[in-house]
Amino acid sequence: MQNQPQQTQSQLAQAQAGQSQNGQMQSQSGPVPCLDGYETGSFFDEVVDQDACARPDAVALVDLINRLPSGELNRRQLAIERSLYQMGITFTVYSDSAGTEKIMPFDIVPRIIAPDVWTHIDSGLKQRIRALNRFLSDIYNERKIIEDGIIPASIVDSCPAYLPQCRGLRPPHDVWCHITGTDLVRDNDGNVFVLEDNLRCPSGVSYVLQNRSVMKRNFPQAFTASMVRPVSDYPARLYQMLRRMAPAHITNPNVVVLTPGVYNSAYYEHSYLAHQMGVELVEGRDLLVKDDRVYMRTTDGLQSVDVIYRRVDDTFLDPKVFNPKSVLGVPGLMSAYRAGNVALANAPGTGVADDKVVYAYVPEMIRYYLGEEPILSNVPTYLCDREEDRAYVLDHLDELVVKAAGESGGYGILIGPHATPEERQEFAEKIIENPRNYIAQPTLQLSRVPTMVGDHLEGRHVDLRPYILCDGPDDVWVLPGGLTRVALKKGCLVVNSSQGGGSKDTWVVAQAGEAIARV
Amino acid sequence: MLSRVAESVYWMSRQVERAENIARFLEVTLNLILDQPENLVDPWSPLVQVTADEEWFEEKYGKPDSRNVVQFLAFDDEYPNSMVSCLRAARENARGVRETLSSEAFEQLNEFYHFVGDASPAAAMDPTSQFFDAVRKQTLLWSGVFASTMAQDSGWHFANLGRMLERADKTSRILDVKYFNLLPNLADVGTAVDDLQWSALLLAISGIEAYRRDHHQIEIEKVVDFFLFNRSFPRSIHHCIASANWSLGEIEEASSSDMARTAGPILDELQHRLAHTQVEEALAGGMHQFVDSVQTEINRIGEALGQDYFQISVNT
Repeated sequence: MQNQPQQTQSQLAQAQAGQSQNGQMQSQSGPVPCLDGYETGSFFDEVVDQDACARPDAVALVDLINRLPSGELNRRQLAIERSLYQMGITFTVYSDSAGTEKIMPFDIVPRIIAPDVWTHIDSGLKQRIRALNRFLSDIYNERKIIEDGIIPASIVDSCPAYLPQCRGLRPPHDVWCHITGTDLVRDNDGNVFVLEDNLRCPSGVSYVLQNRSVMKRNFPQAFTASMVRPVSDYPARLYQMLRRMAPAHITNPNVVVLTPGVYNSAYYEHSYLAHQMGVELVEGRDLLVKDDRVYMRTTDGLQSVDVIYRRVDDTFLDPKVFNPKSVLGVPGLMSAYRAGNVALANAPGTGVADDKVVYAYVPEMIRYYLGEEPILSNVPTYLCDREEDRAYVLDHLDELVVKAAGESGGYGILIGPHATPEERQEFAEKIIENPRNYIAQPTLQLSRVPTMVGDHLEGRHVDLRPYILCDGPDDVWVLPGGLTRVALKKGCLVVNSSQGGGSKDTWVVAQAGEAIARV
Repeated sequence: MLSRVAESVYWMSRQVERAENIARFLEVTLNLILDQPENLVDPWSPLVQVTADEEWFEEKYGKPDSRNVVQFLAFDDEYPNSMVSCLRAARENARGVRETLSSEAFEQLNEFYHFVGDASPAAAMDPTSQFFDAVRKQTLLWSGVFASTMAQDSGWHFANLGRMLERADKTSRILDVKYFNLLPNLADVGTAVDDLQWSALLLAISGIEAYRRDHHQIEIEKVVDFFLFNRSFPRSIHHCIASANWSLGEIEEASSSDMARTAGPILDELQHRLAHTQVEEALAGGMHQFVDSVQTEINRIGEALGQDYFQISVNT
């Protein structure tokens, strides 16, 4: 792997903290603040080193935490939770028939990402999105990658998210995945791996923006001292990108956000983004298609719609083409789309790249389409569809994580080392029955970040979902930050909000010349 | 604006106003029984009558008393027009159009809903009625936030329309029920008790001070006139209807469409009638009949708004 983050980090640590090569503190620069009583255990911690001393970019933060009066951190944590609840920043819990709303549990200690680690992530993600976009375009058109034997046709065609209805589509500027949220993890050595790509309707960016705003209010000193890169321009960039997607002859395009409605778990986010961009938030029932053109019903009659940031899944978009029972979509939308009268972000059909089997081929895609070596590694992945892999997986269920190819949200997962023999047996049967639907990966020891547990800090595992906007085949932008999700249960490796995970603000530290967020 | 959004904003605003009026009903009644010789007039039955859901009430609660009427009107989750149900509905509507509201407006409503939802009926029964006082303050906050953070565009006018129509309706109901409740005791006319009752009525629409400035003495005709026809007091029916009509006018003026609309003429006519009827006339023809006809017109306006703005058909 290029650019080993941990090495660079420790070099930086030495430079900034005035440590000598052998790790001895030099007397003139004072001690590096440590978190009292905090234990990293055998895990890689993103904020402190193995002695619980602040990593260079976290000095201001750890210093502040140390200086807070006893109980103050907890008090601020509760105040933030209360303000999130009051602001109505909630998601709906599906399993609860009363439609209970919850705030996503928020943790006050931010995750801090060093500039060099971020540079590595940023360039790796851009490369990945360029390749994925080429792949999507290819498999719905020429299918060269299949012809050239890089990825088997059977893998693509058997993917439930591969939509034959989208064959031959050419989205504007040849961009399919305008908005992507890619999940990353770091292992025990601090190496970054791509866990999965989310190209359908990745959610969570609103939490990134809201988490940031509450953190600025609660930790202004540490925030300012930490030279954090701003995230607040995301809605503006999103809006600019959406505008540019409009059909060529439209000078002042009408952009809307399409939501499944208030009962969708991510409704808050849909509303937030529409609000931030100053565009209409529409539901399927607000739209209609006439003569291959999309309109919305307004108090003044019908008004045309040119660009739709849709947060409705592919197969619900148009009951005439996909699921005929869908009431969330708009009959005739696909025909208007094909006619070039409306732009959709993301393009229908992009979900094929979310498939966990297709994921395994992304490094090959990067080599094939771009002629480059992947900057970010995949987690090593066994495809149960391959006989040899399957045999290995079935033999090693107690040490692997098994995932259903088309599932998300932490569903359909077996974490081998934590599972009972019965659960492993159940998964073995599922794998044998439908091998195409399962992959397996070694259990990574995910990195941790200090997290409030009651009145003190304990290490909890985290992942990271940065958000990526793709404006043209070679024009990719990564929001410097992302959603750090944290597994709140001790030892738990599943961080999804639907599985009781929480979130943290993510501070990407600026390098010289980069913009810094102001409080 | 989107038809769905216009409709949601309109209802959100009506529902908050409805919740506020329930607090006013209850607060004034709780105050009334403090000052009143025991068992003189049953103040609780009229509050149930005003809902037109008496049967439903009797089945669930039996005979109205302070405890069950407060529970019913303020906190009953199953009763769709209780204060807490109205606020929940208002908040659901607000959630559905959150992107068109100012953050402050949404957050205030959200806080208001939680404030009422988290309250215990026992606290509300406190005879000093601090709870309902707090509810009224919440709605004042809400309307203040709304007035000072929202652009006065069509969305604002739809909200004002909803609020004013609801307020006119509720003012008419307060008058109607109390009038029936109070009038039979003709012997009390002009007595201290009578004064107290009518003052309480004015208090329910926050109008006692404005009334006293104009008239000093409590007189039934003047109280009724104040309720129905006062041109400057923000809760009189005439004022509400005029404000609703102004908003509708602004909405139509901002509209780029020349669709035929029906709500305007009905609202015009009602405003005209309120401006040109004398209180003697209203009383002579039967106050209840007059108030009833106003309520019917308000319902017609609501239906017409639905056709004009909320259910835009494909062919328009």
